[in-house]
Amino acid sequence: MNTSTLTRAAVLDREHASETSVPNKDLILQVKDLDIYYGEKRAVNTISMDIEKNSITALIGPSGCGKSTFLRSINRMNDLIPGARAKGEILYEGLNILGDNIDVVALRKEIGMVFQKPNPFPKSIYENIAHALKFAGIKNKSELEVLVEESLTKAALWDEVKDRLHKSALSLSGGQQQRLCIARTIAMKPSLMLLDEPSSALDPISNAKVEELIVELKKEYSILIVTHNMGQASRISDKTAFFLSGDLIEFDATEKIFTNPSVKKTEEYISGRFG
Amino acid sequence: MEKSSLPVRERLIKSNKTRLNGEVRGRVLVTLCAIIMISATIAITIFLSTKGLQSFIKNGVSPIEFLTSTNWNPTDPENPMYGALPFIFGSFAVTMLAALVAAPLGIGGAIFMTEIAPSWGKKILQPVIELLVGIPSVVYGFIGLTVLVPFIREHVGGLGFSLLSGTIVLAIMILPTVTTIATDAMATLPKSLREGSYALGATRWQTIRKVLVPAALPSLLTAVVLGMARAFGEALAVQMVIGNTRIIPESIIDPAGTLTTIITLNMGHTTYGSIENNTLWSMGLILLVMSFAFILLIRYLSSRRKI
Amino acid sequence: MNSRVADRIATSVFVAIAIVIVSVLVGLFSYILFNGVSHISLDFLTNPSSNVRAGGGIRDQLFNSFYILFITMIITVPLGVGGGIYMAEYAKPGRVTNTIRTCIEVLASLPSIVIGMFGLLMFVNLTGWGYSILGGALALTVFNLPVMVRVSEDALRSVPRDQKEASLALGITHWHTIKTILLPTAFPSILTGAILASGRVFGEAAALLFTSGLSTPRLDYANWNPFIENSPLNIFRPAETLAVHIWSVNTQGLVPDVEDIANGASAVLILSVLIFNLGARIIGGLIHRKFTASK
Repeated sequence: MNTSTLTRAAVLDREHASETSVPNKDLILQVKDLDIYYGEKRAVNTISMDIEKNSITALIGPSGCGKSTFLRSINRMNDLIPGARAKGEILYEGLNILGDNIDVVALRKEIGMVFQKPNPFPKSIYENIAHALKFAGIKNKSELEVLVEESLTKAALWDEVKDRLHKSALSLSGGQQQRLCIARTIAMKPSLMLLDEPSSALDPISNAKVEELIVELKKEYSILIVTHNMGQASRISDKTAFFLSGDLIEFDATEKIFTNPSVKKTEEYISGRFG
Repeated sequence: MEKSSLPVRERLIKSNKTRLNGEVRGRVLVTLCAIIMISATIAITIFLSTKGLQSFIKNGVSPIEFLTSTNWNPTDPENPMYGALPFIFGSFAVTMLAALVAAPLGIGGAIFMTEIAPSWGKKILQPVIELLVGIPSVVYGFIGLTVLVPFIREHVGGLGFSLLSGTIVLAIMILPTVTTIATDAMATLPKSLREGSYALGATRWQTIRKVLVPAALPSLLTAVVLGMARAFGEALAVQMVIGNTRIIPESIIDPAGTLTTIITLNMGHTTYGSIENNTLWSMGLILLVMSFAFILLIRYLSSRRKI
Repeated sequence: MNSRVADRIATSVFVAIAIVIVSVLVGLFSYILFNGVSHISLDFLTNPSSNVRAGGGIRDQLFNSFYILFITMIITVPLGVGGGIYMAEYAKPGRVTNTIRTCIEVLASLPSIVIGMFGLLMFVNLTGWGYSILGGALALTVFNLPVMVRVSEDALRSVPRDQKEASLALGITHWHTIKTILLPTAFPSILTGAILASGRVFGEAAALLFTSGLSTPRLDYANWNPFIENSPLNIFRPAETLAVHIWSVNTQGLVPDVEDIANGASAVLILSVLIFNLGARIIGGLIHRKFTASK
């Protein structure tokens, strides 16, 4: 059952669908008829959607409806789960990234992910960010320092940690750790950021800070955020997708979803009748 | 790390480039380790089997005589006899008896830790068990030799070097194994079993006897079998106290011999390649086969637990 | 019989069993330490052993025990950690992995005398080395490998999964993640496991009887060149270890002060194993505290 609402650009794109087509310059991601299976069980049912550049798209829906599964397929993190496989296409800048010929390691540099529970490495704050940079080939110490400061500044964390860069990251509060994880991801200069319930494990004040940060980040990055918190979705996102039991029920401008949804089930979820 | 202006195809499609090398190198290294383990196991099995069968194939010793005759006299110039039954019997006997002693002690200790004194029992017995494990087998043998053997000689009878000494030494040695696994078995029983039984008004002993032990039985049996496997293969400690004879003992205070003890004693004294030496390797083969048999038995018991 | 009475009797039986177990341990330890510690003197530790006269020491045997342990660990730890990495990170569920697990199980349950016999076949006769430290170390490797693999695998598996995911999501390769994130975190557990395993290896004798042998050539402790025959570091020479010495002294029975020597040697053995166990615990606790203290 696919009753997603498509934008006009996406409709046009679909008609010209092929791997060698000229990618629509406004879209960073195009999902076409994506199915995701865990073994025999289908977790995501033939969904299609288009994500515009520099937008924040929220994925909402009750637990277990497939939002996180969908998110993790975009940066191929599902590869880690034995028995997980995907059918269909996910076009990133026109290239289907579900193919076997894709260098997944390079992909993950361009599509970053922040997880629900903050997971900084048990290293210093500086090392947390420098670690991946060093692996990517940046060995020059002064270059690293500049990049670390830049990322921490963008993540609104620099002022709080600039005097203790070499202390352990585990000494930070939960909210700070999550912003560190965001800084870590930003340092790789991705185009697309996948946030999997980034503030659900945080207290309300840290939550607010992280939300503020995400809205700021929109200027430079495209963002997909899975959230349980409908208030959060309505506050910060441009478009919202409502998932239920692996289906994409409705995908439209956030304002429309929250004030005048087209599908009855969406309306029921929004008004808290289930979920 | 600026995103290059290269088209997406060039950035993200796999090439023969460098990154794979580090990845491949690491993978090859650890796979090699895994292969070494498989090779070692296969090598051991093949080498020991081949060498163990030499006495039958090359020297013409009859397997039937080997396994069933009680007459062990390989150095008789006229009529050498290669009946290994006394040692086979000794191994089995000392193993069974040791299990008989260690099982109630080990299971009892486990029950003490999980049922009788669940809050502090483990804190005392667990370190004790760990320390017992740490004592090397030669030390067990030595203490058995200097303390147990004279004691049995004075207070029970016989020479002191006996099946009984071997049993006691082995029982103490396998006690930690049996206790540890039995404790795990009892501890992983669902709480609801206990609660249900007590709710019906049963006493603790009734609960243990009628509900808990039957439920944990396959795992408890596994614990005992694991202890037996260890006992069957123990060499030096047993050798120091059991007397090392070549006949089947008539009573528990008679000295005996096991497969491991005769190998230990005679391997160094016989010429490599001689018939007598080859028969020792055949006994080693029996030990190897019994190891496999114990593993199969334990797997069978573990599979029954799932019911 | 009244069920209450039965319950009380049963309880006392279980308590008695616990008491028996504790007394056995206390008895054993007291016997060894009591009788043995008095024989441990600097002389005892630094004098060479004697085959026929009283007053022999355990100098060479003590050195051999440590040296063989050292060589064994050099071989076992990399192999074991590599195997553990494979099992934890690369092995896919299936027949091959099951085969490897079975092999580990088989190696772990082989009696040490059987391992010694294999060592005799392979590392003494086939290679032509005769009794040697290397042969003994290789036999002990077979003995020790399953433990190290299991310790490493468990340690790696207990690293929280989100650490691994964080690293991979940043575009770091699997192997680099293992090297720089997983292994460092798993290191304390692996180290603790290795030290505990060392305790077991130190006390092992049956596997060494036919591989490193029952004798030691006259050693020249001034000569540290491993390629010279008399050097203590030469790994191709026979070497009787402490545990083997206890056995041979009791079985060959020529020295008049057998009991004294064996007592002293046993005490040294037990104390060493104790130190290994304690050391493992302390180091494990220290490193753990260092990790979490930076919170």
